[in-house]
Amino acid sequence: MQYRYKIAGGDFSNAGSVASSVKKILRQLNIGHSVSKRIVIALYEGEVNIVAHAYSGIADVEIDSEKIRILLTDKGPGIPDIPKAMEEGFSTASPQVREMGFGAGMGLSNMRKNSDIMNITSENGKGTVVELINYFGTDAR
Amino acid sequence: MPDKNQNTEFHHALKVDEDICTGCTHCMTVCPTRAIRVSAGTASIIANRCVDCGECYRACPVSAISVEQNDLDIIFRYPVRVILIPGVLIGQLSHKIPVSRIYGALGDLGFTHVYQVENTVDMVLEAYSEFKEKNEIRPLISSFCPAIVRLIQVRFPGLVDNIIRVNPPIDMSALYYLEKLKSTGIRKEDIGLFYATPCAAKIAALKSPVGETESVVTGVINMNFLYNLIQKSIQNSEASSSMPVTDDLLNSRGILWSLTRGESVHSSKRALAVDGIRNVTELLENLENDRLGYVDFLELRACDEGCAGGILMTGNRFLTVERLRKMAADLSEKDREEQKKIMDGFINLKEHSFLGNIEPRNIEKLDENTSLAMKKMNRKRRLMCFLPGFDCAACGAPDCQTLAEDIVQGHAKISNCIFLQQQMVNQNLLSSDLAYRITEKIWGTDRLEKNCNKIGAEDENS
Repeated sequence: MQYRYKIAGGDFSNAGSVASSVKKILRQLNIGHSVSKRIVIALYEGEVNIVAHAYSGIADVEIDSEKIRILLTDKGPGIPDIPKAMEEGFSTASPQVREMGFGAGMGLSNMRKNSDIMNITSENGKGTVVELINYFGTDAR
Repeated sequence: MPDKNQNTEFHHALKVDEDICTGCTHCMTVCPTRAIRVSAGTASIIANRCVDCGECYRACPVSAISVEQNDLDIIFRYPVRVILIPGVLIGQLSHKIPVSRIYGALGDLGFTHVYQVENTVDMVLEAYSEFKEKNEIRPLISSFCPAIVRLIQVRFPGLVDNIIRVNPPIDMSALYYLEKLKSTGIRKEDIGLFYATPCAAKIAALKSPVGETESVVTGVINMNFLYNLIQKSIQNSEASSSMPVTDDLLNSRGILWSLTRGESVHSSKRALAVDGIRNVTELLENLENDRLGYVDFLELRACDEGCAGGILMTGNRFLTVERLRKMAADLSEKDREEQKKIMDGFINLKEHSFLGNIEPRNIEKLDENTSLAMKKMNRKRRLMCFLPGFDCAACGAPDCQTLAEDIVQGHAKISNCIFLQQQMVNQNLLSSDLAYRITEKIWGTDRLEKNCNKIGAEDENS
């Protein structure tokens, strides 16, 4: 089962709408709360990253009976130093973005914490691709 | 059309009168849990989805939805007839009518004892503190509004553990006064405990409680019914002939408890008070997505202005709040510890303060089994390619997505959609005769006949 969502860069008022939609789908599929909560948090952080840093992005969501795989592909500046970006508290967000309550530098580490598998590839000046995989385990009935 | 009798274990106080209902869809489109469908020209409520919030009751233009209640005559089966009244009963009457006159009117109706439901809020507050100490989960969500507790069970199943498992004041007061009367030598079977309810949800909560505590309340009297009787009694005579027994335990905390911020105001840490079921739903969505930041306590109520806006309230909710706030300001602030001593003198209700587990009941799942749910989801998405997405509700479901889900679950047919029906007739896949009969099945026979008695037509009021 596949879903595709567009994410607009800079549109903070809509950040989180993809996570909300996916949450509803997981509920319809009877995926337990503890699993879906992690997915929703990781996806939300990914969405905010695109909104805050990129020009535009796409979330591709793929669900089968065992797992959910989310591919976040954006057009943007890319991440020059991924290990550095993964550190808690490290942020390149502008002061304006921080003022809105985003950009605390917890995004990527939070995504890692809340996913079973996370892969990042990035090309300077072009964009970033984040892959998130979560297994339903015994939470799928 | 889902079976309206499915899951009869959930008691609901809201009933549709099929003789009055015109099948107009107003109730169906406002229902926050998509619990209503129209078939054969009348609305029906799906029991396991309904949370008794009463939005349908408010929306119905012909008053076809009623709230069940006990016959007032049943109170006379009991020598001791206690009425437990929430503060909003007094608040909705004119401030020119003294509280004692209202008590007198209740005495004239046959009640021997009148007590205010919120007399026990200090016990509830104490139980809150204890629960907060023993449980780390935050935010804790108030268990006061039964419609909200049920909304969380069915729409936010992941948040049931956040509900503070403490009995609300009505249960505590019922227990307290039962014990107090028993301690004066009255036999339990001689005591009838009646509750004047401002809403349907409280009735459902008393009749099929969540959290395994059986209520000691004998019966329920609807507030709008009582309001008329009280007004009549006051209009007919200057003074009442029979003054019931009462006590002097009410304090300002109790008076304000059922109003918005009545609970949250007692929280020393960050607490939010939200009223209106749509506002509450939005907030719970945010909480589920972890977007609220640290909050210690959430006071959530289904009705605007809390119980002052209950569906069975007659007075204007803002005037009700105004009177109660004035009353609270005038009441001398009774010392909480002092009050507790008086009440504990009779009985310590501590062990009765807490509720058992509250079970999640996810109503959105398409199937218990995830693989089957995925198959149904795929079918639903495919159906949505064909359904128009207008959400016109003419199929008897509140919106296209719900129709698609009902079809996938085998409760509805694709030809229920009037637009697809047109197309099928056009392509000779359906005879116009059959299409007409399908429409009649949803909207009832004669529905398309001329009828001048409907609202806005020539003979509207006759």
